[in-house]
Amino acid sequence: MENPCSLEIKDATVAYNRVPAIHHLNLKIEGGHCVALMGPNGAGKTTLLKTIAGLLTVETGEIVFHGLQQKRTGSEIAYLPQREQVDWDFPITVRGLVEMGCYIGLGWWRRFGPEHRQTVEQALATMHLESLAARQISALSGGQQQRAFLARSLAQKARIFLLDEPFAGLDRPSQESLARTMRELAAAGYMVIASHHDLKNAADFFDQMIFLNGELIAFGDSATVFTDENLARTFNTEVFSGTHA
Amino acid sequence: MNWLLEPFHHEFMRRALLGCALIGFTNGYLSAFIVLRRMALMADALSHSLLPGLAVGILLFGFSPVSIFVGGLVAAMLVALGSEVISRSSRIKEETALAVLYTLAFSAGIVLLSFAHVQVELEHYLFGNILGLSNSDLWVTYAISLTILPALVALQRPLLVMLFEPSVARSQGVNVVVLNYLLVTFLVLAMISSLQAVGVILALGLLVAPAATVYLFSDSCPALFWGGGIVGGIGACVGLLLSYWLNIPAGACIVLLLGLTFFAAYICSPRYGVFRHLFMRRHLHEESLLRWREANGPVPGAGPGPTEGK
Repeated sequence: MENPCSLEIKDATVAYNRVPAIHHLNLKIEGGHCVALMGPNGAGKTTLLKTIAGLLTVETGEIVFHGLQQKRTGSEIAYLPQREQVDWDFPITVRGLVEMGCYIGLGWWRRFGPEHRQTVEQALATMHLESLAARQISALSGGQQQRAFLARSLAQKARIFLLDEPFAGLDRPSQESLARTMRELAAAGYMVIASHHDLKNAADFFDQMIFLNGELIAFGDSATVFTDENLARTFNTEVFSGTHA
Repeated sequence: MNWLLEPFHHEFMRRALLGCALIGFTNGYLSAFIVLRRMALMADALSHSLLPGLAVGILLFGFSPVSIFVGGLVAAMLVALGSEVISRSSRIKEETALAVLYTLAFSAGIVLLSFAHVQVELEHYLFGNILGLSNSDLWVTYAISLTILPALVALQRPLLVMLFEPSVARSQGVNVVVLNYLLVTFLVLAMISSLQAVGVILALGLLVAPAATVYLFSDSCPALFWGGGIVGGIGACVGLLLSYWLNIPAGACIVLLLGLTFFAAYICSPRYGVFRHLFMRRHLHEESLLRWREANGPVPGAGPGPTEGK
C-alpha cells in the first residue's frame, strides 16, 4: 500500500456520564498488523473501538491518524459492530451491502459507475463472496456475514478495520477462516484491530496484542506480551476504576 | 360499462383521484423509510398529537387551512422532539416518553377543543373528506409532495447507510442525528398534508402498509421505496373507485384495501409469505451438496457433479 497507515492514541481518557471507562491510554499502532484487543468484560474494549471509530469523544488526549494532525476522512475507518446489533432482515443482498461501501465516497449525486461496480466485484472476490452475492444477508452463515461486512469496508477503501468481537458465535472452522482473512488484510498493509476474549486461540490469530483493563496493561508482539503475568494482571484483577487500592 | 366510467364524469371524483394518487404515492414512498427505521409506532403517536395543535390553531387563528397546518406541525414536532430530549437526558426510553407525551397532548387537545366554538367532528379527524378536496388542499399536497420526494431521493444514500446501521454510518461521518430529525419532520409534514384530505387513520395506513407489503416481496431497497409509492398510489385510487361503486365510505375503503393487500402478501408472498414453502424450488438437497463441496473440496471416489448418480 502506498501510504502506510498508523494510529496514535495519546493520553486518551473516555468517559460515560463523567465516569471514565478508559484511563490515560497511550498506544501507537502501525498498519500491517492484526491486533487483538484483550480484556475482561467492562475493560473498555468496545469503548476503545468506538473511540477510534469516532463514535465517542475523548475527555482528555487525542487520537492522531498517520502522524498528521488533520482529521481523518470518513471512509478511512471501517467499524464492524457486534453481530447481534445488526438487523439482518434488512432488505439488502450481499452485493447491495458491499455497494453501500461506495456511497459515502460518491456523495449524494455522483453516478454509481463502472469503476464502482468494479470496486464492488473486487471486494466480493477478495472475500470469496462471488457465489453468494445475490443472497439476502440473513441467508449467510456467521462467518460469511463478517466477510460481507469486510467486503463492504474494502469497497469503502477503508484502511483501518475495527471489529467488535468478530469471533463471537462462530464455530472453529469459521473462526479460523475469518482469522486467515484478517491476516491477509494485515499482510496487504491494512490495520486490523479486533476485540477478543478467547485466550486459547489469540496467539494464533493475532500477531500483536493490546491488554486492556480500564488502563493499558501491555501492548506489543504476541510472542512477547502474551505472558502469564500480563494475563493475570488483565484478567485476574478488578477492572481499574481510577483509584489504586 | 357505463358504471365503470361514471366516477370520472364527476369533478369531485377527478379531484379526489388526483389527491389519492399524490398522497398515496408520497406517503407510500415515505413508508419505506418508516418501516426500515421502525417508526411505525412513532407515526401512530404523532398522529394523535396533532389534535391539540389543531385545537390551539383554531382557538388562536380561527378555522382555516393555515391555522390547522401550523398548529398540527408545531404540536407534532414538540411531541417528537420532546420525547427525543427526554430519552437522551434520562434513563427513560424513547417509546415510553413518546407514549406519555402523546396521551398528554391528545387529552390537552380534547380539553382545548371544548373551549373552541367550532365543532371538529371526530370522524372527519379520523377519515377526512377525500370527496370534498378544495383547491387549497390540493396545493398543500402538491407542495409537500414536491418537498418530501426530491429530498428523499437526493438523500437516499446517506439515509440508507443510516437506516441499515446507525453506528457504522456515524463512524463514516454521516450526521445521523440531523437525518433522524429530518425523517421525523417529513413524517409530520406528510401526515398533516393528508390529514385534511384523508384523515389521520388513512394517513397512517398509507404511511406504513405499502412498504410493509413490498417488504414481504423484495430484498432491494430501491424496490421498497418505489414499490411502496406505487402500491400506495394505486391502492388509494383503486380503493376510492371501489368505494364509489360499492357506495361505502371512501377513506375507510382505502385503508381496508391496503390492509387486505398486506395480508394477502403476508400469506402468499413467494419469498417471505407464510405459505412460501409451497412455492419453493425442490432441489434444496443439490444446493446444500454443492455448498458442502465448495467448502470441503471434491470427495475422492464420488461423482463429479451433484446431479449425477441419480
